[in-house]
Amino acid sequence: MNAAPTNNAVATGDAPRTLAEKVWNAHLVKQGEDGTPDLIYIDLHLVHEVTSPQAFDGLRMAGRPVRRPDLTIATEDHNTPTLDIDKPIADLTSRTQIETLRRNAAEFGIRLHSLGDKEQGIVHVVGPQLGLTQPGITVVCGDSHTSTHGAFGAMAFGIGTSEVEHVLATQTLPLKPFKTMAINVEGTLRPGVTAKDIILAVIAKIGTGGGQGYVLEYRGSAIRALSMDGRMTICNMSIEAGARAGMVAPDATTYAYLEGRDHAPSGADWDDAVAYWETLATDEGAQFDAEVSIDADTLEPFVTWGTNPGQGVSLSETVPDPASIDDQHERAAAERALEYMALEPGTPLKEIAVDAVFMGSCTNSRIEDLRAFASIIKGKQKAEGVRVMVVPGSARVRLEAEAEGLDKVFTDFGAEWRFAGCSMCLGMNPDQLAPGERCASTSNRNFEGRQGKGGRTHLVSPLVAAATAIRGTLSSPWDLQTEGEGN
Amino acid sequence: MEKVTTVTGTAAPLRRSNVDTDQIIPAVFLKRVTKTGFDDALFYAWRQDPDFVLNRPEHQGVKVLIAGPDFGTGSSREHAVWALRDFGFDVVISSRFGDIFRGNSGKQGLLAAQVAYEDVERLWEVVEADPGIEVTVDLVERTVTVGSLKVPFEIDDYTRWRLLEGLDDIGLTLRDEAAIAEFESHRESWRPKTLPIREPAESGSL
Ligand code: SF4
Repeated sequence: MNAAPTNNAVATGDAPRTLAEKVWNAHLVKQGEDGTPDLIYIDLHLVHEVTSPQAFDGLRMAGRPVRRPDLTIATEDHNTPTLDIDKPIADLTSRTQIETLRRNAAEFGIRLHSLGDKEQGIVHVVGPQLGLTQPGITVVCGDSHTSTHGAFGAMAFGIGTSEVEHVLATQTLPLKPFKTMAINVEGTLRPGVTAKDIILAVIAKIGTGGGQGYVLEYRGSAIRALSMDGRMTICNMSIEAGARAGMVAPDATTYAYLEGRDHAPSGADWDDAVAYWETLATDEGAQFDAEVSIDADTLEPFVTWGTNPGQGVSLSETVPDPASIDDQHERAAAERALEYMALEPGTPLKEIAVDAVFMGSCTNSRIEDLRAFASIIKGKQKAEGVRVMVVPGSARVRLEAEAEGLDKVFTDFGAEWRFAGCSMCLGMNPDQLAPGERCASTSNRNFEGRQGKGGRTHLVSPLVAAATAIRGTLSSPWDLQTEGEGN
Repeated sequence: MEKVTTVTGTAAPLRRSNVDTDQIIPAVFLKRVTKTGFDDALFYAWRQDPDFVLNRPEHQGVKVLIAGPDFGTGSSREHAVWALRDFGFDVVISSRFGDIFRGNSGKQGLLAAQVAYEDVERLWEVVEADPGIEVTVDLVERTVTVGSLKVPFEIDDYTRWRLLEGLDDIGLTLRDEAAIAEFESHRESWRPKTLPIREPAESGSL
């Protein structure tokens, strides 16, 4: 097959286009007219137990089949326990959702990776690790963090249950084009500063609504220097800025990650695929609807102090004083947040003691995240009284980590080493904070009650989580070095 | 979705305004895994009162709900429409609807007929005076007729067309089936597929 077949004809002589526009145009089944939406083809549909039951029920009621089971894959993640996974799930609602997914997958012929299967895991970790998430494709899932897959240069976004049914039945979605925003991150990150700090800084800068209606394209030397795992962390949290999706143009790093994975193209197909992927990058001179810049050189480890992901500052700073915030809505939100978080303005963030550290979630549970965490804690002991949970994003990540001996590093440190799932990212399974408990978490949402009723969440990178687990107060690897030098 | 041209049946007057989707179906029922079986959840709190309009013997088997202004506001939950459909309603009449609710209704074949508030009051009076009276909602003419009273209703052209044709969103997209198949025929061989399952060379165990 030719490298530039019909669907992806690269317009020559046309106006320069962005990555997002190219992927969109390559998936137009039908162009909308007079305000009607475009009909967009979906290459990959990821399914999990929480948002799919009514969609399958709708198909059943209408007597419709799944159009493309071969473009659909399901896994169990949100409700699954991370201990005793061979026992029946205790919570009845959770068990019903899981059993319903199993029945639906069997009835409609959908590939399912169940608890205990080596490909089971968080849906956004499973797609990339199987090589299913590829540049230039469209990916949807009934889950807002579908934006993760944009790290490969895919157009990936979360959808509602009606849309899940729509994609199951038609493999398409009626959609209006998104606007585009360039996020330029130039410079070099200092050691100890990571992808998570970049995205937390981006959200703090543009706000939790700043990306609404946009696809964010992350660009610049600092992004190019990131691994795929780092790019996934960034794209994952695009939704926390309100964006529909986040993307990074594919490059040699992307191809190196994909090559040899189970479902990546091989042989001549690989060459054709790469030739096409090479055409996807935003053209010189293409116009974005908005642009934002972040200086990577000056970035520090970042942490949230409030109850939305935009309420974050550098870890070296203090808890902000709401009185200094001009916007009255933001000021009121900050006041409420500090009350919920039980924090006093002016407190140095590094003096805040935590009860728990959660290392996991679709933001930071891939092998590199676990390696980063392990590199800091290796040979050390966790702070007394702090509960530390390490939860791999997928069963395969768990196996990989164990093959490298990371599990031993974690358990020697005093951490709990668990089975794959969403775990303490959201209070839907047994892993939850108790009311009033404070947690440094590598997840993506610090909403009130997200990790358990009354729980208090500080979003951090794996490196900050590790340093915090050692010192018992919010800390970065920089603080450990200082100690090591005898200060 | 079934085609809707006219609906004829008895009606229940719901003399309340601002009926938000939390009243239509409380959040606790959202844990269910089906799209059906929500009839018991409809107006759950209100139905604890034996005197609530839907509990009264004369209003069993109703197809039309006549509600006050701002029906279906609040949370976007699609369950609100599922519950109304499950209970047996084909039509909801109000002088104003929540936007998302109205959109969701169209998708599930529930006719949301917007009637001027004075006319809603007249409809209430007629139905309350004679609960067994049949109401006819004519989507072609956009009218509600009960006894000698005939009032117009509004519905946007697109939703009306879809209801008349019996097309839900999916049905509508499937009209473009040929275009979808044509698109698929060009899909490159290297694009990812989830099936058949490809196994890695070596595999571990948990
Ligand atoms: S890990 Fe958290 S954010 Fe990610 S899919 Fe699971 S619940 Fe959602």
